[in-house]
Amino acid sequence: MNLVIIDTACANLTSVRFAIERLGVIPEVTADAARIQQADRVILPGVGTARAAMRNLQQLELVPVIRELQQPVLGICLGMQLLTDWSAEGDVDCLGVIPARTERLQAAGLPLPHMGWNTLQDTTNNPLTRGLGLDPWCYFVHSFAVAPDRYTIARTNYGATFAAMIRNRNFFGAQFHPERSGATGSRILKNFLEITDADTST
Amino acid sequence: MLARRIIPCLDVRDGEVVKGVQFRNHEIIGAIEPLAERYAAAGADELVFYDITASADARVVDKSWVERVARLIDIPFTVAGGISSVAQAQEILAMGADKISINSPALRDPDLINTLVDEFGQQCIVIGIDSFFDTDTETYQVYQFTGDESRTSKTRWQTREWLQEVISRGAGEIVLNCMNQDGVRQGYDIAQLQALRKICPVPLIASGGAGALNHFRDVFQQAEVDGALAASVFHKQLISIADLKSHLTHAGILVRPV
Repeated sequence: MNLVIIDTACANLTSVRFAIERLGVIPEVTADAARIQQADRVILPGVGTARAAMRNLQQLELVPVIRELQQPVLGICLGMQLLTDWSAEGDVDCLGVIPARTERLQAAGLPLPHMGWNTLQDTTNNPLTRGLGLDPWCYFVHSFAVAPDRYTIARTNYGATFAAMIRNRNFFGAQFHPERSGATGSRILKNFLEITDADTST
Repeated sequence: MLARRIIPCLDVRDGEVVKGVQFRNHEIIGAIEPLAERYAAAGADELVFYDITASADARVVDKSWVERVARLIDIPFTVAGGISSVAQAQEILAMGADKISINSPALRDPDLINTLVDEFGQQCIVIGIDSFFDTDTETYQVYQFTGDESRTSKTRWQTREWLQEVISRGAGEIVLNCMNQDGVRQGYDIAQLQALRKICPVPLIASGGAGALNHFRDVFQQAEVDGALAASVFHKQLISIADLKSHLTHAGILVRPV
């Protein structure tokens, strides 16, 4: 298994790298287009702001590279938001591989950021939550979110319901941090390593 | 819905976990990594490592244990203590910490808060506030350098004003250490937490005073904090996280099951 974590130059990649290593795979952290294109799996991590992350991806000339990837790609937290068309965090055009928009989370007066453990719901037809029980618990830290739509494969509620996971073809996004979500997150990452062509063809 | 968080706090001094009473007379509890692993396995929702000597000594001690902890555990953790520059914050986050918590350096240089928020994002910048109830003036006062009793001193800030200041500068989470309660296990300072909850739009974590199961129940029910931090009750194994979560669940408080 050749897994690449894209080095977006602003994200904290360490905890994602360690989580993959705990599954027995040594990931490569790189911003090299050829290495990314050749990988079996690609993870787009995310900490920071959408505007800074997109600026870095453009400077690294990785925007067209990521858009054309055919292998399974997983965007985590901000990395998931970067997969959508646009983010309100800096009013910035994103990668546009999943038709959705990232807006400020409307939490009905609850504290923001949405920080802590919350449950995933409506996870049928989600190859990444296979083997998990009902309403598994995951760790979230975010103030922006994607509204649920036909690309949503898990939902979470915090004042409002938002998309906890999204998917279009081979592109997957998780709003939470699987690398920090205990055994549940570990299983989600393991499922990502093990998904088949059948899971990404439709 | 979002679960209330149970957060064991590991006070670190010279690479070992220690615990004091009202920030004094520290005794050694044990090595860092096995304790971190034990708490993660026991159902802790998050861990805080507080390097209690660093700020008072104006240095950042050896933090290589941060990376060892990040390798071992799969729940989030915060590192606090002596982080007073973007470069130091960068180093700790790059070693795998999820959040950094700033206390005395933010009091010395409040601009540090917005600088860190701009650089790393609001979600990973926690502000710790050490608040002491002054019975003479009947006000809550912010203290600094609480890791070293010889240098602990009152600041010019009342707690309410400082809280509003750090929030206006973009702090992503507040840990309120109620110093009168620390280590004496008589319960959290509900009155203070209630008052500050009303003016705190970011997650608020209660710290100082946990001694019994009902103390956690009360602070969640009465002060509506997002998380409860505790040290001695967990270190001394007076309360198990499993028993605590079971107790809270029976009281109708949503927690992540162990």
